[in-house]
Amino acid sequence: MRIPPRFSQGIVVSILGLATLVTLSILIFIIGFILEKGLPVVGLGFLFTLPQDMGRAGGIFPTVVASILLPLIAVCIAVPLGVGTAVYLTEYTRESAVTRIIRFGADCLAGIPSIIFGLFGFIFFVTILRMGWSLLSGGLTLALMILPTLIRTTEEAIKAVPNAYREVSYSLGATRLRTVWRVVLPNALPGIVTGVMLGVGRSVGETAAVIFTAGSSLRLPSSIFDSARTMSVHFYILAREGISTENAYGTAAVLILSVLAINAVAYGLMNRFIRRRS
Amino acid sequence: MRLSGEKWVQRALFAVSFSAIGGLLLIALFILKEGLPFIFNVGIENFLFAKKWEPQAGLFGILPMIVASLWVTAGAMIMGAPLGVAGAVFLVEFTPKSVMRVIKPTIELLAGIPSVVYGFIGVMVLAPLIRSHLGGPGLSVLAASLILGVMILPTVISISIDAITAVPNSYREGSFALGATRWQTVRMVVLKAARSGIVASIILGMGRAIGETMAVIMVAGNAVKIPHSSLDSVRTLTANIALEMGYATGLHRQALFATGVVLFVVIMILNSAASAMVKNRMGGRK
Amino acid sequence: MNPHSWLSRLCGFACAGLIAAFSLTGCGKSKSSITLAGSTAFQPFAEKLAEKYMLINPAVNVTVQGGGSAVGIQAALSGAADIGMADLVNLPPEAEGLRSVVVAKDGIVVVVHPSNQAAGLTLDQVRGIFDGTIKDWKQVGGAAAGITVVSREAGSGTRTSFEQIIGNVRLTDNAIIQDSNGTIRETVANDANAIGYLSHGLLNDKIKALTIDGVACTPEEIMLGRYRLVRPIFLLTRSEPKGDLAGFIDYMLSPDAQKILQTSGLIPAK
Repeated sequence: MRIPPRFSQGIVVSILGLATLVTLSILIFIIGFILEKGLPVVGLGFLFTLPQDMGRAGGIFPTVVASILLPLIAVCIAVPLGVGTAVYLTEYTRESAVTRIIRFGADCLAGIPSIIFGLFGFIFFVTILRMGWSLLSGGLTLALMILPTLIRTTEEAIKAVPNAYREVSYSLGATRLRTVWRVVLPNALPGIVTGVMLGVGRSVGETAAVIFTAGSSLRLPSSIFDSARTMSVHFYILAREGISTENAYGTAAVLILSVLAINAVAYGLMNRFIRRRS
Repeated sequence: MRLSGEKWVQRALFAVSFSAIGGLLLIALFILKEGLPFIFNVGIENFLFAKKWEPQAGLFGILPMIVASLWVTAGAMIMGAPLGVAGAVFLVEFTPKSVMRVIKPTIELLAGIPSVVYGFIGVMVLAPLIRSHLGGPGLSVLAASLILGVMILPTVISISIDAITAVPNSYREGSFALGATRWQTVRMVVLKAARSGIVASIILGMGRAIGETMAVIMVAGNAVKIPHSSLDSVRTLTANIALEMGYATGLHRQALFATGVVLFVVIMILNSAASAMVKNRMGGRK
Repeated sequence: MNPHSWLSRLCGFACAGLIAAFSLTGCGKSKSSITLAGSTAFQPFAEKLAEKYMLINPAVNVTVQGGGSAVGIQAALSGAADIGMADLVNLPPEAEGLRSVVVAKDGIVVVVHPSNQAAGLTLDQVRGIFDGTIKDWKQVGGAAAGITVVSREAGSGTRTSFEQIIGNVRLTDNAIIQDSNGTIRETVANDANAIGYLSHGLLNDKIKALTIDGVACTPEEIMLGRYRLVRPIFLLTRSEPKGDLAGFIDYMLSPDAQKILQTSGLIPAK
């Protein structure tokens, strides 16, 4: 007996709808769980006071600072390198085997697990280069982590700039450098910034690579050679060692809200970029 | 005058690219330099296929970890892939565009939740549930698979949505014109056309699952043994590196780098497969 | 919005950020700084003492990392840390070249969930449980349930000392591994069938300590030598400590600091 197609469609659609509902519920549950337990603890005091008794009481100010500084350092290192590389690959050389290899290499490295970056950073920056556990070691490691993605997104953004723009610039007598700096890059900017924001979002949530390179000192960092604890590391330690479940949830709430905000800005910019193009 | 200025700029940018790529190459070379000699010294049978991991005794068999990583990832895919693809199909084909415009960015935002948060929820909520209803220590393959499955959902859904929306509407219209229902169209036309993109999304999800460290350390239990059931406690390759790298020296440290090489190779294969799939779709549309 | 002004503003912001980050360094390390790394058993106490020391001596920054005793030894050897903390019965051969000083002694308690019916075990039973020959709680006086063994990673001083003292035990493959004393405490506190071991100084009321051969882990019993799971906590340095480093180590050995350690559950060094 043949099941009428409309009937089987009804069943299938219900199953698919259920699957979607389950997916969304799980994801919303996770965020809701953390926010429900964590938001009551969060306030301006929580964010801006120093922790006491290793995090059992007090706020999380040093970790907020570390979570801002670490991605900042990573971005300051990765952006010049990444944008420069992308500009070189697109504007200054022709497509060749070399550029394809470079691109393939960057793609591969984009997929490497963060623990491997942590392993490298710990052995190379912390131990061999004697930088110790520090914001600098952490920043360098994170910079390497976000570099491949940054190169890719910048390349895509630059390629999306219409050639007409470049031709007009050249026809007015501008040099290549001038064209890139004043015409291409400004127009590729939203795409570049999206890549940067995604990198920042990844850095803020990163724990494995950070804990082995930036360490876990809870003191307010006074220089980039100081060890510092980011919010994700702080959450990990508080939660795992049962130091303070309340503060753990609070830290997690701040962490989630920050990452959501950063990603929201990134996607907002990306949409603006796409809308501008079309 | 201007031309030589250009030459300097080109050289400067080349230097920048060189350092950027060089930095990345440094990592790859470093890991290979430390890890490959180890594999050749100790021998592949004693490394990849040996069951005992006891660095103090000079035993470096990572078979339990390989099985653990594979089993946990397989579990994650069994949970995450069907849910993800189903969700993507539903959202693209069976809901109005406005719903998708809201939900897709939301799901992509959720991709940014730090893994330690997932891990913590696994420890506090999932592991006790498993322990009381199914037995075992709770910190197990099952817990890790479920958590990882949830973690890869945003990746799978997002990329699958892209793949399915990329199928030209003319395909669907042709099918409707022949009298097919929406689901028949999806099943027989759209999914086939989007197949390579969907498979790519699953492969990328797999890559993320294999590479995950923090969440797995928190919920998998980290026991060094080959699991016999999903309720057993296991240690993945990534967890092994993280747990021991602080103090490993000499041969032990090289063994960890060698584990890194294994991970590197596996993920590279997965990524190449994924991009080959995507290129196929772009190039070979019949 | 003029895209070029965007770009200039962005570059300006980035430069400002970079300058801010670097200017925070002053001329490099202007304050003297001391890093300790290693034993997670001693870490909370080191942190407490560090806080107190920095109140007395604001010119010195003291940072404490964890990682386990083996990390402490490696960090001291490589210079990643100024002081390595290791809680081991005997220092391993690789620590030969380091200067060591004992800052405290610490007992290791075997802990279970508060609801566990067992109140004490013999040393043989402990050995049997941890090497996997005893698998069920009913074999040792509890309700019938599988025993979940929780242990530290191989580089842990607590683990090395524990296994050595109870008789060179080879840990069962089924043991769940966690990476710090605190995490073991949480794991045991959340699992009614779990058994683990941790530093006496980290006991709290979420878990229950067992007596070993009828002896409880108290400072008196340890002094009398009746409770045998004890190990010293070493501070390791690459060379003879000088200046600020010596100052901090002297502080940790001073009567005030030792008193703080004692009230927190450790045993003073003398």
